[in-house]
Amino acid sequence: MQAFSYVSARTLSEAADILAREGDQAKCLSGGTDLIVFLREGRRSAKVVVDVKGIPELNQLGYSPKEGLTIGAAVPLHRIYNDAHVIEHYPGLIDAATLIGGIAIQGRATLGGNVCTASPAGDSIPILIAYETTCIVASRNVTKAIPLEKFFVGPGRTVLQPGELLVALKLPPPKPNSGAAYLRFIPRNEMDIAVTSAGAMVVLDEDKRRFVGARLALGAVAPTPLFVPEAGAALTGQPVSDEAIEAAARAAQAAARPITDMRGSAEQRKHLSYVMTKRALLRAIERARGG
Amino acid sequence: MTPVIKKTEAKTNGKPFKVIGQRVIRPDGVDKVTGRAQYGADVILPGLLYGKVLRSPHAHARILSIDTSAAEKLPGVKAVITGKDLKPAEDKVAKSGESSVNYSYLSQNVLAQDKVLYHGHPVAAVAATSIHIAEEALALIKVEYEVLPPVLNVLDAMKDDAPILLPNLRTKELGEVVSDKPTNIASHEQHARGDLAVGFAEADVIVEREFHTNTVHQGYIEPQNGTALWNADGQITVWTSTQGAWDQRRDLSEILHVPLSQIRVIPMEIGGGFGGKFPVYLEPLAALLSLKSGHRPVKMWMQRDEVLKATGPTSASVIRVKMGARKDGKITAAQAWLAYEAGAFPGSPVGAGMGVIFAPYKLDNVQIDGYDVVVNKPAAKAYRAPGGTNAAFAGETVIDELAEKLGMDPITFRRINAAKEGDRRADGPIYGRIGFIETLDAIEKHPHYHAPLPEPRAPYMKVGRGVACGFWYNWDGKSSASAVVNPDGTVSYLEGSTDIGGTRASLAMMLAETLGIHYEDVKPMVGDTQTVGYNDGTGGSRTTYGSGMAAYHLGKEIIREMKQRAAVLWEVPADDINVEGDVYSYGEKRITFKELCAKLDETGGPMSVSVSLDTKGAIPALATHVVDVEVDTETGKVNILRYTAAQDVGRAIHPSYVEGQIHGGVAQGIGWALNEEYYYDKDGHLMNASLLDYRMPTALDLPMIEAVIVEVPNPNHPFGVKGVGEVPIVPPAAAIANAIYRATGVRMTVLPMNPKNVLQALGKI
Ligand SMILES: Cc1cc2nc3c(=O)[nH]c(=O)nc-3n(C[C@H](O)[C@H](O)[C@H](O)COP(=O)(O)OP(=O)(O)OC[C@H]3O[C@@H](n4cnc5c(N)ncnc54)[C@H](O)[C@@H]3O)c2cc1C
Repeated sequence: MQAFSYVSARTLSEAADILAREGDQAKCLSGGTDLIVFLREGRRSAKVVVDVKGIPELNQLGYSPKEGLTIGAAVPLHRIYNDAHVIEHYPGLIDAATLIGGIAIQGRATLGGNVCTASPAGDSIPILIAYETTCIVASRNVTKAIPLEKFFVGPGRTVLQPGELLVALKLPPPKPNSGAAYLRFIPRNEMDIAVTSAGAMVVLDEDKRRFVGARLALGAVAPTPLFVPEAGAALTGQPVSDEAIEAAARAAQAAARPITDMRGSAEQRKHLSYVMTKRALLRAIERARGG
Repeated sequence: MTPVIKKTEAKTNGKPFKVIGQRVIRPDGVDKVTGRAQYGADVILPGLLYGKVLRSPHAHARILSIDTSAAEKLPGVKAVITGKDLKPAEDKVAKSGESSVNYSYLSQNVLAQDKVLYHGHPVAAVAATSIHIAEEALALIKVEYEVLPPVLNVLDAMKDDAPILLPNLRTKELGEVVSDKPTNIASHEQHARGDLAVGFAEADVIVEREFHTNTVHQGYIEPQNGTALWNADGQITVWTSTQGAWDQRRDLSEILHVPLSQIRVIPMEIGGGFGGKFPVYLEPLAALLSLKSGHRPVKMWMQRDEVLKATGPTSASVIRVKMGARKDGKITAAQAWLAYEAGAFPGSPVGAGMGVIFAPYKLDNVQIDGYDVVVNKPAAKAYRAPGGTNAAFAGETVIDELAEKLGMDPITFRRINAAKEGDRRADGPIYGRIGFIETLDAIEKHPHYHAPLPEPRAPYMKVGRGVACGFWYNWDGKSSASAVVNPDGTVSYLEGSTDIGGTRASLAMMLAETLGIHYEDVKPMVGDTQTVGYNDGTGGSRTTYGSGMAAYHLGKEIIREMKQRAAVLWEVPADDINVEGDVYSYGEKRITFKELCAKLDETGGPMSVSVSLDTKGAIPALATHVVDVEVDTETGKVNILRYTAAQDVGRAIHPSYVEGQIHGGVAQGIGWALNEEYYYDKDGHLMNASLLDYRMPTALDLPMIEAVIVEVPNPNHPFGVKGVGEVPIVPPAAAIANAIYRATGVRMTVLPMNPKNVLQALGKI
């Protein structure tokens, strides 16, 4: 492991200054559960590691019925899944946050880190996309908002430019009669990376018999987490029925562009895109109906 | 679920055991749970250097040149070695643990000479003042390779036009070299008896199938490590994690060309071995680096990826089985063809697999052919019942299918054909008092076998129950031990078997039982190659048997000496002294062991004894397992719901450690069955060299495993011991495959039965 210097930034501008100065040789450290592993294994290199956990904007966790949920990029998972608002309004996020790592990892790991690692299999990402999450990105001079599904450009690569950092994730308030769920398929019952995963959010009509809208995203079936608008389109306006769910699941399967690797084959992932979509939708519908 | 334990009823000389069969506390327990136990990683010496290995990025390549000059110049680097520093070892074979070792190959495996034969093959090593400097130095070594096409599976390697790994290798055809053609097939062996054609003609049903199994690793938690000091006086001391300190001493002697007497191997506590901690890997490199750095001690340890890439896993295999049976259930003919991957150098456990595959059954017409084949993967090494799990997967699947075709209960079918004492195995030996039928009875009588299967949790979930049996040879071997009798009535007991499964406790129990004293009064300790007599390694399920035999004879020696002391005390002939438990008597005179110990000084002074034995008389272990599975037919994932394993253990000296062995063997068998596999890309790079992607089962993947101890004592052992540790890994893959079949109607013929392979078998992808 190579030596690096370490700065614990106290303000957004302090962090932004260092990032601007050091370019890609500066790396943000949030929980460090990915970054330290990457540095140890030589998969990333850094001259300066900028700890962002001390920056107030990155530590906010707040909900309002009008604004929805704001999660600072450095908020650890245990705060998220213990938050009463998240538990009440974003159960799909709880699915993901309780699934990432074990207790020790959850004490440190953050959604900001999970998103910025940009693994196609990152467990928080499909459900965050389904929840219509926006990324708040800042640099020395500019702050901008980017829809999460546009945040990724390839495995481990995001739209972030040298000098930029992720400040927070914003999730809109849940719509009435909506429900969401995240499911991942792993061969073991723990300690595995998703072979395929699906995050689904459905909005039903007042009678809860018809889809008003739906968003679906898949994990581990493309170079980036994959938003599948076709699946949502297949459901919107349809009655809640096996046929509609089947059509959405087939749309997801068609959209998946997986590879074969040690974690699973392309055919398997295609097939699982269908299965996991179906199961995630069923769970999301159950939740929308109050289950 | 509480384990069902058969009460220890057996007697010696009409008296029940005092110590044997108790669940006593292990002497190494406190140190282990408080972190005080000394493992290889805890070795710290003055002036210690840290060593690292540079490994081949290619599966098959010729080394054109190695330039170490930049690495040598890096401040802090004290020595760099390459294949040139290792004088070739002799081309001769010796026994090592349960397998054998060819020193020339072993030496080439430790450090490549002109070719690298697998991804991760060592090509150079560095010693430096810190591990980080050593790592940096590796990056400065320049190696030029001519990359060669790799051959990555056994069937490809057997083809006529396959790339050749070892240019001098010639096939040993039934023991003889008959052709001078370069080849990857190291050997072809055969066991045959009776007439297959007659047997198959007599059959009412015949089943024939081909099975493919993948490379798997032992998965011990503690990575390989070794610290060596090559002293200025020529004396070499090695501290290491090993199952066989004496095997290591001999291997080091051959590889380093140093006499045995100049090498001392000190076995540290061991974090698992399962057969994989017999071979040397780092120790010879650490010794050479120590010599080259001016006699400084050098410590080396592997990272997990190095363990997976470069230490011996067990073989992938292709196995073809054909069996026929009559309507009355009698098996009339059995034929098997086994081809095992040896990895880079000859030495797969195909021979063992050939013996395992039909061993539980009495067969009149049988032929078994086995091939040992080199491929561009790490050299296969022993793994718990080497070659047994994959062989039984094939054999026991076909047995299950025959039973099904005949409409017979799988246990009834097996009982009709079960081997008994006096029957001859296909590989030659005649069985002693085995307890196979007793394990069939135990499962048949067990509530698990009759319990209704649970309701599937969803329409796409299917449940099923499967049965399979297994055999393992068991080994006896050589053991030495010594003891000091202390004036306070205790016995310091020095033995030489690396304690992997609680053997310090079980051996001390047998010594205490023999002496009639309390277990707590025996103080066991594991010695090293300098402090205690020769011991074969902890492997082959031999330690409780062979070293237990040594403990018994050591006890008998102590009793003989103690009688002498009582004779001196009472001035009577030693032969006339009577010994009952810990009481020595002559007429009205009585003295206890403890009281007599207090009188050592006045009856002749200090007392110590030692024994060295070449034990004989091991008897194979047999087991019957039953498992319930749940198959998610949409994802292909198999969940183990319930598992019960009955095993003839001869005698359970310490029942908890016997259960521990059964639990462990089944857990590893489940891993092998369901998810463990080496995943290579087409160029032969191992892509899943981490415990994240090499998927061993976690606690959440395993059910409660119920161990049913069956005791059919071994008449050749003073306490009836048979080996226990290996056979429990043999049946699980087959039992699970049979359960999947009962659940889904699909026969699995590949390992692992991971979600992908199950989906494929179900026709879903
Ligand atoms: C044992 C273990 C189990 C795990 N299990 C899972 C799992 O089940 N599912 C899963 O998805 N992941 C898992 N992970 C991976 C990891 O824990 C998650 O991805 C986690 O969410 C990363 O968050 P972090 O705060 O630790 O990220 P860090 O390691 O701090 O950062 C990750 C990356 O993001 C960058 N970064 C961090 N913050 C910012 C920022 N504000 N702006 C810009 N870039 C930033 C860093 O430079 C780095 O490249 C596991 C890891 C371990 C070690």
